[in-house]
Amino acid sequence: MSESVSPGKEMTRRILGLVRKETRQMLRDPSSILVAAVLPLILLFLFGYGVTYDPRFFTVGLVVEQQTPEAGSFTAALSNSPYFRIETARDRRTFEADLVAGDIHGIVVLPADFAEKAYRGETAPIQVIVDGSDPNTADLVRNYIQLLSANWLQQEAISRGQPLLASAVGLQPQVWFNPEISSRNYLVPGSVAIILTLIGALLTALVVAREWERGTMEALLATPVGIIELLVGKLVPYFLLGMGSMVLSVATAVFLFGVPFRGSFVWLTLVSAVFMWAALGQGLLISTVTRNQLVAAQASILSSFLPAFYFSSFVFEVDSMPWPLQLISYALPARYYVSTLQTLFLAGDITSVIVRDLLAIAAIAVGFFALTAFTTRTRLE
Amino acid sequence: MWRRTFALITKELLASARDRQTRWLLLFAPPFLLLIYAFAITQEVKNVSMAVLNQDIGLEARELVSRFEGSKTFEHIRYLKGVSEITPAIESQDVIMVLHIGPDFSRRISAGKRADVQLLLDGRRSNAAQILLGYATRIVENFNDELTRHGAARPPAIVVARAWFNPNFEPLWSAVPSLFAGLTAFVGFMVSALAIARERELGTFEQLLVTPLRPVEILAGKTVPALLVALASATAMLALGWLVLGVPLRGSLALLYASMIVYLAAIIGIGLFISSLVSTQQQAFIGMFIYMVPAILLSGYATPVENMPDWLQWLTETNPITHFIVICKGVFLKDVPAEVIFRHTWPMALIALVTLSGGAWLFRHRVA
Repeated sequence: MSESVSPGKEMTRRILGLVRKETRQMLRDPSSILVAAVLPLILLFLFGYGVTYDPRFFTVGLVVEQQTPEAGSFTAALSNSPYFRIETARDRRTFEADLVAGDIHGIVVLPADFAEKAYRGETAPIQVIVDGSDPNTADLVRNYIQLLSANWLQQEAISRGQPLLASAVGLQPQVWFNPEISSRNYLVPGSVAIILTLIGALLTALVVAREWERGTMEALLATPVGIIELLVGKLVPYFLLGMGSMVLSVATAVFLFGVPFRGSFVWLTLVSAVFMWAALGQGLLISTVTRNQLVAAQASILSSFLPAFYFSSFVFEVDSMPWPLQLISYALPARYYVSTLQTLFLAGDITSVIVRDLLAIAAIAVGFFALTAFTTRTRLE
Repeated sequence: MWRRTFALITKELLASARDRQTRWLLLFAPPFLLLIYAFAITQEVKNVSMAVLNQDIGLEARELVSRFEGSKTFEHIRYLKGVSEITPAIESQDVIMVLHIGPDFSRRISAGKRADVQLLLDGRRSNAAQILLGYATRIVENFNDELTRHGAARPPAIVVARAWFNPNFEPLWSAVPSLFAGLTAFVGFMVSALAIARERELGTFEQLLVTPLRPVEILAGKTVPALLVALASATAMLALGWLVLGVPLRGSLALLYASMIVYLAAIIGIGLFISSLVSTQQQAFIGMFIYMVPAILLSGYATPVENMPDWLQWLTETNPITHFIVICKGVFLKDVPAEVIFRHTWPMALIALVTLSGGAWLFRHRVA
């Protein structure tokens, strides 16, 4: 070779060679396609359609022990509400078995002396029995019935020409960023973090572990390719794949599921890119430590996918967990990425949040790569 | 025939008992995960930070704020000095909720007029926001009740709510039964999906096929040990949930185990089916993962099945995890009658029948 080739050019050529080889290998491997294309679509679809906290309606059994005009108007109020589907009976025992079987969400009982008590200056109880085996739903049913009966009482007072029962303190709630409280609006952005975690950690762990398993990693290390060049060459195709997946996921979220996007794409790209490197670093570390595809796959599910799912405040509230579990969450890049994604989609460019998250993710990424470099060196010696 | 099948079962059991990694993975990891995730999947919201902007100097405003201070839901309460601090406090995720009491609050109450307070919530965490809104509504209602008790007209009717099966809304009580169902499935998949793939990878599966064992016997020889191992693991989790975490077990254990055997047969059937389609353990693992993530997410484990669109609800009828979660919640918390358990057991039996016979057919027809 002539002396005109500079060392920098030579390095670029070597890296590009590796990138080309790795890209071909990636495109040929069915498990890459499964993890990078099929899984993201399945996950987005699940969080767009299937997994939702938004109730459609509640099925309740209404027990009217004695038919009176008041009971009739309460029944009408309940059955006119879009949130309830009701069945009526005269005896609560009719519905008890249904509640045990989980066929209904609750029982509402108007006792026989309801009307008498209510208009003799006493307070009549509207009894509500909910299914505590699902506390979240039970709570919603209770709150909805409470609201409905408060409205009903106001209507009754108006129709009887009585003064309105003004409650002393009125609560005026405003939910910012997501006023219709649609769970799709925060689950779909969060799922992008899960998808990138899978591509970065699971896929990379599998691919690099395969090289170690087959001994081709040692062969590559013996070539003039330096360790940094090797890592860059190996990871760049997966980085690009992950960023492609991110764009696809965000486009699906916005155009198919109608989730608002109020931030800027520059921040989205920047934070996603840094997050992708953190995930790749984790995958690389796992594969270097395990050097076995099956163990690497299991380890990356246990140490990246499951924690990202449970401890990132994506579905479950980390703040409400015991402190050892909260501690785990601080070491997870997904925790910060989920927070930035939810902010960018729903609130906009809030730099105080985004910069904090970005720095945390970057620090974790550097940590993963430093650990990997350390393990690779000691392993080879 | 029985002797041959029995020999294969014995061999499989010995093989899994001897492998240290398998033993650890199957017997100790599931109870450990149960312990961690039982505390993680809580739907309760507590220890969150809120802020109060109280522009009123009256006693009533002070009293309302102290109701929030007394709740264990709000661990940190920040006191804001002006309206301009509200937006940064929420935007920066410092607090999830701000209670804003205007300057004329006490004056209006003393005058017998309606006094409004504002509650601002961070919708980026919508589910928590919704739950907190419920808490705040109840705090304000209690406050109103006490105000009106001193004179004003009482409402003619009030809602008196009770929760059956879990009266205090213990989060662990609802988390453990669903987790138990999910993790039992995880063990069932691990012992079945990887089993055949490993034999195919090592080439021992072809050897097994040329022995006098018929596909049905091979199937039995693979299913029964997997079932026994998974049952042992499930028993460990059951003991942990019941004795250590204190979740009540009100229904019949016999019915739980009977339905669990059918459940595991269905899970193992699906695992063996996936396993016989692929040629390496790694593909089996990925295949299992791709099946398991949707199966768990659509099972009612994270969010209720009734919230899904109708066609997805139909689809979940073919998911054994959905049925077994209903059974587990029923047996742990409700003491459900046998017919309810039966209603959810026969679909699982059907799934087991289809997947196990499909797997047996594939043994013969797909020689890699």
